[in-house]
Amino acid sequence: MTDKLIVSTSPHLHKKESVSWIMWMVFIALLPSGLAGIYYFGLRALWLILISILAAVVTECVCLLLRRKKITLLDGSAVVTGLLLAYNLSPAVPFWMPVVGSFFAIAIVKQAFGGLGRNIFNPALCGRVFLLLSWPKLMTGFIKPFSNVDAVTSATPLVLFKESAANVYNIGLTYWDLFLGRRSGCLGEVAIFALIIGAAFLLVFKIISWHIPLTYAVTLGLFSWLFSASGFARGDVLFSILSGGVILGAFFMATDYVTCPLTRKGQLIFGASCGLLTFLIRRWGGYPEGVSFSILIMNAFVPLIDRFTRPRVYGKK
Amino acid sequence: MKLYALFKEFSKGIFKENPIFVIVLGLCPALAVSTSLENALGMGVAATFVLVFSNLIISAIRKKVPNKIRIPCFIVVIASFVTIVELLIAAYVPLLQKQLGIFIPLIVVNCIIMGRAEAFASRNKVLPSIFDGLGMGAGFTLALSLVALIREVLGSGKIFGHLIFKEFNPASIMVLPPGALLTMGVLIAVANLIKQKRK
Repeated sequence: MTDKLIVSTSPHLHKKESVSWIMWMVFIALLPSGLAGIYYFGLRALWLILISILAAVVTECVCLLLRRKKITLLDGSAVVTGLLLAYNLSPAVPFWMPVVGSFFAIAIVKQAFGGLGRNIFNPALCGRVFLLLSWPKLMTGFIKPFSNVDAVTSATPLVLFKESAANVYNIGLTYWDLFLGRRSGCLGEVAIFALIIGAAFLLVFKIISWHIPLTYAVTLGLFSWLFSASGFARGDVLFSILSGGVILGAFFMATDYVTCPLTRKGQLIFGASCGLLTFLIRRWGGYPEGVSFSILIMNAFVPLIDRFTRPRVYGKK
Repeated sequence: MKLYALFKEFSKGIFKENPIFVIVLGLCPALAVSTSLENALGMGVAATFVLVFSNLIISAIRKKVPNKIRIPCFIVVIASFVTIVELLIAAYVPLLQKQLGIFIPLIVVNCIIMGRAEAFASRNKVLPSIFDGLGMGAGFTLALSLVALIREVLGSGKIFGHLIFKEFNPASIMVLPPGALLTMGVLIAVANLIKQKRK
């Protein structure tokens, strides 16, 4: 693989990290959460993941052929996109949905903009939002862990929270349940402990930095605590971070190299803005969860953030 | 020979200088109204009417209009015809008026009409101007209908309001604003591809 993705400002001395190495590391880091999802939601979750990845890879192949480019499947970026898209789906969705979502993510969001490294928005999240806006009923029909698909669809903790402004115990869950993932939600977002294992792996190998995830979670927690529905400074910080897709979004999708700011300062702004937007959507928006929307909105601001946080040239004022 | 020249003025609006896919003008109504084929055709016919008659009048008075105030003059002419169209639609097809709503009066500020007045009618004789208006109107209507056809089929599974697929779960994003932009983007890409191939 000759094309290396350069993601830093000067100095330009590099380790021999290639795009494919990073992508496969992200893939490995995502595996625990997927295994947990399969454990909670059954073999159906495994099929969804496999179909999503297959659809992403096939679409990537076809697009690269049409664009007369070298087929670069081994770089793993399509595989990671497919995997992330599956993690963002309810485990109860019909099997054609990951296919449509993966196709949209790869063909429109990634390849139409020029392929790997040139997309403005995170492909997997765009795929999810496309599906959410197209088939809102199917996308929000969640199931409880260890139940079959035909079981009564159950609302996610965030939906219950928004409707009744209750605290975590009224919903019938404990923080421990949220941490382990014993709640309804998207396939790969429920198992917080598994996501944290993966995130720690990425942090240790310095594939992601703490800047975006930390500012994201802290800002979201702070605002959820201060301006909660049950009064000023009475919000539930832990619940706001453990529920929904914050951990998955903050560690694995907001940190996407292509669509996040280059400088550390820019990343702090990016993470904090994502957190604020997520809080605003959850608290006053029409949707119970706003992680995907806020990351996509902030993706659009990345060029601006990069322009205003351009590092000072050495020796100049 | 003369007939051929007139036909050329007409046909350029449909392919070579298609107002939506090639010149990329008048996108506001094209994006907003193309949710169904019915709306698109109504909008296309209304805009074509205004385009033809405003081109006719503007071309006829082109020597009398002082250069400095030509734009206000054009707008007065265009606004008159838009008013006529609006009242006609309200009288004979009130349902369409309800569907199109604010976008009928907004034809006044449609860039295609203004653009043709400025770029063609104010510099050419009456007959070519009429054919230019007809061609541009036809191109606009065809482009709008194509966008609307794609959006209606994918977004609500219907054509002209008739359900065509029973076992089809329509993607409602296609009848929402993002669907309009997506369809338009893909179609403009296809138009560019065809243009490149021809060269």
